[in-house]
This record gives sequence, C-alpha cells and structure tokens, in this order.
Amino acid sequence: MSETRDVAGTADLTAAGGHGAVPTTGVPLHEPGGPGRDWPLWEVFIRSRRGLSHSHVGSLHAPDAGMALRNARDVYTRRQEGVSIWVIPAAAITASSPAEKDAFFDPAADKIYRHPTFYDVPAGVKHL
Amino acid sequence: MIAALPDPTDDLPPLATYALRLGDDALVLAHRLGEWIANAPQIEEDIALGNIGLDLLGQARSLLSYAGEVEGAGRTEDDLAYLRDERQFRNVQLVEIANGDFAVTIARQLAFSTYQHGLYEALSDSTDELLAGVAAKAVKEVDYHRDHATQWALRLGDGTEESHRRMQAGVETVWPYVAELFQSDPLEQELARMGVGVDTATLKPAWDSRLEAVLAEATLSVPVAAWTAHGGRQGIHTEALGYLLAEMQHLHRSHPGASW
Repeated sequence: MSETRDVAGTADLTAAGGHGAVPTTGVPLHEPGGPGRDWPLWEVFIRSRRGLSHSHVGSLHAPDAGMALRNARDVYTRRQEGVSIWVIPAAAITASSPAEKDAFFDPAADKIYRHPTFYDVPAGVKHL
Repeated sequence: MIAALPDPTDDLPPLATYALRLGDDALVLAHRLGEWIANAPQIEEDIALGNIGLDLLGQARSLLSYAGEVEGAGRTEDDLAYLRDERQFRNVQLVEIANGDFAVTIARQLAFSTYQHGLYEALSDSTDELLAGVAAKAVKEVDYHRDHATQWALRLGDGTEESHRRMQAGVETVWPYVAELFQSDPLEQELARMGVGVDTATLKPAWDSRLEAVLAEATLSVPVAAWTAHGGRQGIHTEALGYLLAEMQHLHRSHPGASW
C-alpha cells in the first residue's frame, strides 16, 4: 500500500469517503489494477418512514446509479430501515471545509433569538 | 434410464418428495452463494449474494421442515439437510455446479431465479396451505434475485469486450442444465392434477421468452446446448455436489447435536 493521493490545495473538498469533509492527504488508494478500481463512490440517503426526510446513512461503491440503488437496498435496508432510498454520486457533493469552521459556524453561537424557545410547543407534536 | 440405488428417500409420500425437491434446490444454491462471501468483486456484492443466499436458506428451512412433517418419521430440517447423502438429495443439477467466475454465477442465478419465480407464482395458488404460503412470501424475494441477475447480465453482456466474452461463456456453461428444470415427471404431474404442485413443463415458454429478451438486450446470443443434464430429481448428481455436501455437513456430523 504505497500509493496515496495528495489533493490539498488542488481540488475542492467533496463528500468522498462518506464522512463529510475528509482528510485529503495520505489517503490510501486501491491497489493499482485491483478490484473495483473503476467503481465510483455513492452517498446513500434513506427515508426511514413516511413523513420523515431522507437521512444520510453511509456510502458504497457501485458501477452506476442503478446498481448503487440496489447495493444500497442490500447494504442499508436489510433490517427494514427504510421505505425510500436516494443515491448521489459522492463527487457531486460540495462539502464545507474544516478550515472555514470559525467563519461558517461560530457567528451563530450567540444569537439565541434565532431559536424558537419562546414558543410553547403543543403537546403531542413530534419531529419538530 | 439410469437405475437409482434404493434409499429411504424413495419411499417418501409424494408430497414430502415434492417439498424435498424444492427445498433441496434452495438449500444447495444458498450454500453456493454463501461461497461468494469475501470473494465477490466488491464488498457490496458479497452482501448482495449473501442476502440472496439467506433468502433461499429461509425457503429451504420451511420446505425441509414440511417434508419431515409430511413424512411423519420425526426427521427435522437439520436431519434432512445434514444427514442425507448425495444420492438422497433431490435438487436439479443446475444449483450444484461450481460457481465459476462471477459471470457463471450470474448466468446460473438468472436461469434459476427466472424459473423459480414462475414456479412460486403458480405455487401461490396451491391447495396445500403451507406450500402456497411459502411460495407467496418467497415470490417477492425471488423477484429481487431475478432483477439482480438481470441487471448484471445486461451490464456484463453489454459492457467491455472481456465482460461480454465472459458473460457469453457463463450462459453457455449453464445452458445444458436448463432442460432439467422443466422436465416434469409422473409425481409432479399427479400433484399438479390435484392442484397441489406445478407442472414445470408449463413454465418453459414464459422462461424462454424472458431469457431471450434479457440476452438480446445484453447483446448475448442464446446458446444451443450440445447435451442436457438429467437425473437430479432422482438423486443422480454431478461430482460437485459431493464436495459441497462434505463442506456443508461436516460440522454437524463431527459434532452431532452441537448448537450455539
């Protein structure tokens, strides 16, 4: 396992790797000529039941969208986890960078008036 | 006509033999698919083939248990799976042949799941409550098995030069074993007349047209079998089944009654 990639500064961050912004240096690649070298990565989103939104559950390799959907069915819904699946090419996702964390997220920390904490939530309302 | 050796399985009630045939098909193919786990081209495919194998194993358990119940001699699903010898297995030879490369496995799966889907669809209307129940549940599973095999056959057939070559070779490897699937015998025909079983000969035209359509779309040609396999339903098997059973049964036979 000698070959790694180093894309820092040369490419936008993507969701490749399945965990949002990922390390971009020292990432081991497949062995050259090894199995699956041509299969792109797909991010999988599952709707667990009607009324809820699709949530990210993980990623997988597949040769195309049709097989990605079937692989997602086999890998992520074996225990009745879902009623609907989305698959999206990982390369199509633009992710925020850890380096931008302060500028992106810290300014929201002291704006409590943006939270709906001043309303009474009616009893029995779920998923709010 | 090959004379089969006498064995206790010959004396089973027809319904028990019928359940055993369907159960053995599912059991043996489940084992073959299990052999792919950790060997498939991708971990995703390990899981896909493993899932299909587990569906088949579930079908086998219901059918073998039922065969034992109908026999009425106290044999359990484990007794039937682990303590019968090669000649007592009633599966078609198609399910026991070696996995070969991925394309051979896909070709076998395409042929078998298309057959099994037609069979279970018809068997859902059986007057036998258990067979109808097993078939109605399993037909949804097999619908997916058939789709999985079809998707791969299309991609490999209409893929690269190498994948096309292998997929064509895969179809040619399994083709001689297809005729046996639709070879009904007096036992099957009698059960079909009673509304219990299905005369598999009636399933052949639908199987042919579906396979021809898939192969055409996959840019593959329909092979002409130079010979055809026979005898699985009577206990005549290929050399491959003996090795498969040795692996499948050795733990149970070495440690009778072991559980965890």
